[in-house]
Formats: sequence, structure tokens, C-alpha cells
Amino acid sequence: MEHVIEIEGLTKDYEKGFLKKKKIRALEGLDLKVEPGQIFGFLGGNGAGKTTTIKILMGLIFPTGGSAKILGADISDVKIHSRIGYCPENPYFYDYLKANELMDYFGRLFGLETAKRKAVTEELLTKVGLEEKDWNRQLRKFSKGMLQRVGIAQSLVNDPELVVLDEPMSGLDPVGRREIRELIAGLRQSGKTVFMSSHILSDIEALCDNVAILRGGKLVATGRLDELLASEGGERTFEVNANGVKAIDLIGIPGSIRGAVVTEKPSGASIQVAGDEHLSTVLAEIKKAGGNVVSVQPVRQSLEELFVKETSGS
Amino acid sequence: MLRNIFAIARNTFREAVRDRVLYNLVVFVLLITGCAVFLGDLTAGNEDRTVTNIGLSAMLLFGVFIAIFVGVSLVSKEIEKRTLYTIFSKPIGRGEFIVGKYLGLCVTLLVNVAVMGIGVSLALVYIGASSLAASVWGAILLIYLELTIVTGVAILFSSFSTPALSALLTFLVWVIGHFSASLRDLAEGLGSDAARWLFGFIYYVFPNLSHYEFVTLAARGEVPPVSYIGGAALYAIVFNAILLAITIVIFRRRNLK
Ligand SMILES: Nc1ncnc2c1ncn2[C@@H]1O[C@H](COP(=O)(O)OP(=O)(O)OP(=O)(O)O)[C@@H](O)[C@H]1O
Ligand SMILES: [Mg+2]
Repeated sequence: MEHVIEIEGLTKDYEKGFLKKKKIRALEGLDLKVEPGQIFGFLGGNGAGKTTTIKILMGLIFPTGGSAKILGADISDVKIHSRIGYCPENPYFYDYLKANELMDYFGRLFGLETAKRKAVTEELLTKVGLEEKDWNRQLRKFSKGMLQRVGIAQSLVNDPELVVLDEPMSGLDPVGRREIRELIAGLRQSGKTVFMSSHILSDIEALCDNVAILRGGKLVATGRLDELLASEGGERTFEVNANGVKAIDLIGIPGSIRGAVVTEKPSGASIQVAGDEHLSTVLAEIKKAGGNVVSVQPVRQSLEELFVKETSGS
Repeated sequence: MLRNIFAIARNTFREAVRDRVLYNLVVFVLLITGCAVFLGDLTAGNEDRTVTNIGLSAMLLFGVFIAIFVGVSLVSKEIEKRTLYTIFSKPIGRGEFIVGKYLGLCVTLLVNVAVMGIGVSLALVYIGASSLAASVWGAILLIYLELTIVTGVAILFSSFSTPALSALLTFLVWVIGHFSASLRDLAEGLGSDAARWLFGFIYYVFPNLSHYEFVTLAARGEVPPVSYIGGAALYAIVFNAILLAITIVIFRRRNLK
């Protein structure tokens, strides 16, 4: 299978200082392959080198060593950009333009016809949830989250095969987060590949097929998210919420399952249990005590732990 | 390629308009009107020369001011504000971007110079010097050509240095450019080899802007011959092409902030 992104031994040194040049290694020998049709999560703490990698892929900065290919072409070939979309971290645009003018301008840069540009602008601005009254406003009057939405809209102007998103959820309110999450999931549905960086783990967990974890410019783990989590050996922890019961009625649960914890909640009780196999027992106990299950959700600890362990270098 | 360059130039012009670069025209028109009315009241006899001199000189200064200050920020502002990230992720070459920005500012300057030229012409008609009102346009064209070179110099400096330093250097080049020919002639007379070498160097490296000085002659009603304008235009085109080529070579290798 041809890879959408193929990175080999990518290294980047930033030079600091004017006279006495000091080098900062931001990226060291990164190898990475991204297969088509998936959402690939690029994880790492602040300063891990995510943005550096993405900027190299987009031809904004040049690597000190190594090479990379996108859609089979070397990154120095700008023609390939007609098949790529990109939304930078905290995007900033010409603030004298209105949202629809910016979309139109970018449409021009891709060589789209007038009618097509107009249609795409309307479709995408709607899709990212920018209110229609704001389409005709100058971008200098936009909030951070509104700019983020415009940033995502503009990354899709050319109906790209590969979309590269640098922290697409940053600056968004909860509703916006959900909308953009759905949008990204929709991209995969329509056969596109998404390469996104993030440190919001719930988004990664909800969206990504494969991930790579970066620490201090080096790749520390890569693979399928579920396998990475499984290889940790830990069992997934679930939180079960029930109402109509008191914690005291569920005393049997910690009795029969090791490590299970029952807590009293205003409207009922909450049970934390590790391991998928115990879930049915918990549900049965709640039913027996006359309660209703309100929600069952995985506690995100696992990925968080993986992330912290891989990024902190311990 | 042309389509991309055109799109970028168009947006650069739009930026200039929205950033109120054309507002200086209001100042210019007030100046030239005041000048015409004031001088028309004095019956000195050669007010037509004075209006032409003041009008065209002011046009050059206003134009150089715009060429330098807008020119040095053309590229650096886009790097600083990171607006280039989303431009270069499109199928746009760095060379196309530089040429587009340059042409956008040239169009802005063209509009400026044309409006200022109309202002000067009307002022001349007002004071009854109708023949001058038409004949100054040769000199105006030369001023415009000079401005395109100043713009090229500004964009070259800004491709590798800070806006403030670029503005200063561009201004120096502009000043030296007006004297380089005289300096060389002076050095020829001195007979010192070192001086001749130095001023010869300056003469060939710096743009020779004395080609575009026609204000005083225009005020006397003289018109530059077509062949002269053609030569000056050719010189400007060649010089600008070299400036842009160097700018692109530097900018291609640059890491964006
Ligand atoms: N222009 C620059 N000049 C010098 N050093 C830089 C520059 N940009 C980034 N760095 C350094 O490179 C390293 C990686 O930075 P990068 O922006 O790639 O991190 P990141 O993973 O995107 O972090 P974040 O999650 O905070 O966005 C950091 O140590 C940073 O200080
Ligand atoms: Mg980053």
C-alpha cells in the first residue's frame, strides 16, 4: 500500500543567537509512515516537535537532515499542495479580509472557477459552524475559536486527499469541539486521510486509528491506539453511573470484584471498575438493587498514563 | 503560474487600499490645490514652473515614501504574522509569491501616481498653463519607473533583514542612486585609482536613478523623447528583474518563523 506520508530520519536544528550560533535540536531522526484512509494522531507534550514536523511537511521550514514524501512526492514539490489541506496551530489570516473573501482568495490560489469558489465557501463555512452573519465580517474582528473554524474551513477548499491539522480543537468551545470532531470523522468517511496533532487525549481517543507519540523530538511509540493501550498490560477502567440506588445498596460489588469502588452521588451512585469482564456483574447488581444505569464510560486514565509515561521520559 | 501571481498581486493591492495607503492622495490633492490657488494669486509670472516643480517633486517623495514603507513590509509582515503558512501550503511557489507582491505594490503606486498626476495637471490648467498640463506626463512616467526600482530594492532588503533596517538601506540606495553617475564622473576627474574603482563599483551596483530626473526640464516645458523613455523603461525592467531574481534566491532558502 502506498503511504500518504512517509518520513525518514527527519532532523531539525533551530539556530539560536545571532553571533554565537547555538543549535537546538527540535527533531531527531523521525521515521513515520501514514497509511491512507485513516485519522492519524500525532501526540506529544509542549515542545515535543509536532509543529516543527508539520511545518517541514508543508515546506515552511527546511529540515537539517532526512527526507519526507507526501502522496508519493518529495515535500519540496509544491505542486503536490493542490491535493493537501493544512490548518496551522492558532491560525492567523489577512485580517483586512472578510471570511468569505479569504475563502475566495484561497479558492483562486487553487485555480477554482468563480461559481465553484462561491459554492465551496458557503458549504464549508456552514460546515465548520461559522454563523452566516459573520461570513461578511473582517477577520480582525474574529475571536480565537472563530478563526480556528475559518482555519479548518480553508484547509478543505480544494477537497484535499490529505488534511493536516495542527491542534484543530484548540480555542474551541465544547460545542465547537464536538462539531469539529464530527467533521473530522466525516473526512475519514469520505475516504480522506487526516494527520492531526493534539494533546487533547479524549479527542485522540475518539477519533484516531493510529497514533505516534513524540518526546523531545524523538519518536517514542507508534501504532494502533488500542494495541498501544493493550500492550500497557493495564485493564481499562470504566465508570458506571446509576440512579435510584444508594451506594449502601451496592455493597455487594466491592465484595465480589477486587478494586471496585462505589461512591455516593446526589442522584444515585457511581461505580469504578477495572476490566471489561466485570461490567456485566456491575450492571446486574444495579438492576437487582432497583437502580437504573445512566451511563457507562471508559475512564481516560489509560491513554493519559501512556501519554504521560511516554512524554515525561521517566 | 501567471494566475497565481495575478491572484497575489490583486490581494496585495486590496490590502494597500484597505490599509488606507491611498489616503495620502487626499493630502497630496490638498497640497497641490493650495499651491495652485496661492501661487495663482501672486502674479509672479512663472507660477506654472513652480507648480510643476512642487507638484512633481512632491509626487516623487510621496511615491518613494510608499514604495519604501509598504515595500519593506510586503514580505516581512507576512512572515511576522504567519499569514504565509496558509499561502505556502497552497500550490504557490515562493518565487510566484515575491513577484505577485511586487506587482501588487507596483499597481498601487501606479494608481497613486496617476491620481497625483491628474491633480498636478488640473492645477496647471487652473493657473492657465494648459500645454504644461499635458507635457508633464512624460516626467510623471519617469517618476513611476523610478518608484518601481525603489520598490524592488525595498523588497530585496526585506527578504533578509528587518523592516527598519531595510527602510534605512533602501533610502540610502535611493539617495546614492541619484548621485552615483555624478560621483563616477567626479572620480574620473580625480585621477585616483581607488576612488575611480570605488565609484565605478557604486555606479554599476546601485541603480542609476539620474535617468529618471526630469522634473526641472519638465517645468520648462520640455518633453522627454520617446526613445529616452524607452531606454529608461528598459533599464528599469532589467534592473527590477535582477533585484527580484536575487530576492527569490534568498527567500527560497528562508525558514519561516
Ligand atoms: N522558530 C524557532 N526557533 C527556535 N526554536 C524553536 C522554534 N520553533 C520551535 N522551536 C523549538 O523546537 C522545539 C519543538 O517545538 P514545536 O513547536 O515543534 O513543539 P510542539 O510539539 O508543536 O509543541 P506545542 O504542543 O506546544 O505546540 C521546542 O523546544 C521549541 O522551543
Ligand atoms: Mg505545536
